[in-house]
Amino acid sequence: MKPSTLIQRLVDQRELLLGAIMALMIVGIGIAAPFFVAPSNLVEVFDDTAILIILALAQMQVVLTRGIDLSVASNLALTGMVVALLNSAHPELPLAITLLVAIGLGTVLGAINGVLVWLVDVPSIVVTLGTMSIYRGAVFLISGGEWVNAHEMPAQFLAFPRAPFLGLPMLSWIAVVALVFAWVFSRYTAVGRGVYAVGGNPKAALYAGLNVGRHQFITFCLSGAVAGLCGYLWVARYAVAYTEVAVAFELQVVAACVIGGISISGGIGSTWGAACGALFLGLIKNALPVVGISPFWQLAVSGLVIVLAVIVNSRSEQSKGRRILREAHQ
Amino acid sequence: MMNQNAIEQTVPQNLAPKGPPDTLSNAWRSKVIRWETLLLCFCGLAFFVNTRMSPYFLDPWSLSDATFNFTEKAIVALPMALLIIARDIDLSVASTIALCSVAMGFANTLGVDSAALSAAIGLAVGLLAGLFNGWLITRFEVPAIVVTIGTMSLYRGIAYIVLGDSAYRDYPEGFEFFGQGYVWGVLSFEFVLFLVLSAVFAAVLHKTTLGRRIYAIGNNPTAALFSGIQVKRHRQLLFALVGLFAGIAAVLLTSRIGSTRPSIATGWELEIITMVVLGGVNILGGSGSVPGVFIAVFLMGLVTFGLGLMNVPGIVMSIFTGLLLILVIGTPIIWRRVAQARKLRKGSTP
Repeated sequence: MKPSTLIQRLVDQRELLLGAIMALMIVGIGIAAPFFVAPSNLVEVFDDTAILIILALAQMQVVLTRGIDLSVASNLALTGMVVALLNSAHPELPLAITLLVAIGLGTVLGAINGVLVWLVDVPSIVVTLGTMSIYRGAVFLISGGEWVNAHEMPAQFLAFPRAPFLGLPMLSWIAVVALVFAWVFSRYTAVGRGVYAVGGNPKAALYAGLNVGRHQFITFCLSGAVAGLCGYLWVARYAVAYTEVAVAFELQVVAACVIGGISISGGIGSTWGAACGALFLGLIKNALPVVGISPFWQLAVSGLVIVLAVIVNSRSEQSKGRRILREAHQ
Repeated sequence: MMNQNAIEQTVPQNLAPKGPPDTLSNAWRSKVIRWETLLLCFCGLAFFVNTRMSPYFLDPWSLSDATFNFTEKAIVALPMALLIIARDIDLSVASTIALCSVAMGFANTLGVDSAALSAAIGLAVGLLAGLFNGWLITRFEVPAIVVTIGTMSLYRGIAYIVLGDSAYRDYPEGFEFFGQGYVWGVLSFEFVLFLVLSAVFAAVLHKTTLGRRIYAIGNNPTAALFSGIQVKRHRQLLFALVGLFAGIAAVLLTSRIGSTRPSIATGWELEIITMVVLGGVNILGGSGSVPGVFIAVFLMGLVTFGLGLMNVPGIVMSIFTGLLLILVIGTPIIWRRVAQARKLRKGSTP
């Protein structure tokens, strides 16, 4: 095989490229700091990245339909605060109710975005920029700016994400299950295929009988539901809820998608890609302190990775000659 | 999301009533019923409410103080309006401001002791940041949204690398004039600069070929390209301009508050874009006016000042900003939809 075609294949198959880079990174860091590659530590890294993976899988659906959901982190903070307040007021509340409330509220918040995009036809970036600050402000309003600390949360509320099961914490298992769900959804369900069709060519999708707006609405509900679930998981795992929980986390979620090869102009991307993008960011975040780089570098490094990924994405998309057609038909 | 509009627009065209368009009638009406007029009314209302709420509001110094809250954002809103009209967007402006501010503080620690040189460094860094955005976007033909989300982390990330969790507090002699100085009576340097720049931007956008080209690019980039407009070069220019103006805002802001942290100006991109959109600039490009943005800036300033008088905390004001953004964009779309439906109904029953 010629080297150029190998590179081309790596660029086209983002999961392979990212997998190779991550393997190299793990080997490199492992030589410098052997404790980093110990299975227990790698499990911890995965667990630390689990929420990012789950959110990226949902964000991917939104991005596939040519949308973007910048409100996920605020949604997460709001649902997290609501379930934290609820549980500190009613410690006897069963976990199932907590989960139901988190997912339900998250879905409602996502549906607000979805309705505005679908029925009012406001561009998703505007809607979610707006709801991003509305939801964040709402966290302050309901909490009065107060923190909910670990000792105010009931034990079973805190224990669930950390409960070990077959060697992995529950949180990691949720990420694995989300991954499988997302893969099946994207590959084997009519709605999942519709999401690709709607993003790839909205006009063709319309003529094929797909309701473009409704698919966008569904993806926003999905993204909201997942953000709600992650709101509970985040608050329980880090055992604290306050107004600034996960501030600017939406950027990392979008970054994970972009790095994973999900095209921001819709229709292109795979479940594994999004998961690899999230894992890549998680690996960088956890590796920086190990190799002795100040955590203040993290933001700049992820920014740089996003920019590089965008450039690589543009390369692989351009080679298919879609851009001209897409521009001409607008 | 843009294509979806295109789909829906093609349908009514086929069903539209035949006959001459009614654009020539009611010239006075179209002049009066404009977005700018509506904004002006809201502005007057906000002003009135503020005077009722505080007896000190009408004091010239109090009014002058009120302008400081929005002038820096307003200065970035001017080139941002042009950029959005040309169908692009820059989400990295707030991070650019942080980067410029940190660069000036860093230069000071290296021994730069002239206020003018310090400001020049701020402007240069802003210009470079904008040029880099523009280069990435035009060279690799990638959507501005993702690129500027990337540079948004990159620029603020660099600020964090340089400064960590510390702060710069020392600036050269005379540097405080930019943000704290007064030119004439109660008129601050910042505010006068904003007024002058607004006039320049209004003239450029509405009276020059460059301005017409910006509209052309925003309305249809492909058609603009085929009519001989160097689309890429113009987009590059606009990104550089936004960067430069973020540099100006950084100089004013740093000078006004006299210190720099890497978290400076967090969330400003949202407020700046809200100002632009509130001013009637179409987020999908192609239309908007500088006078509209100019009035919107005052409306936002008056309302946030009024909320401040009512002791509303900043994060609650952000709820208001978010709501305003969605309402302002959503309302005309619903309005148009209703008008179109009415027109359709008229056309189908002759």
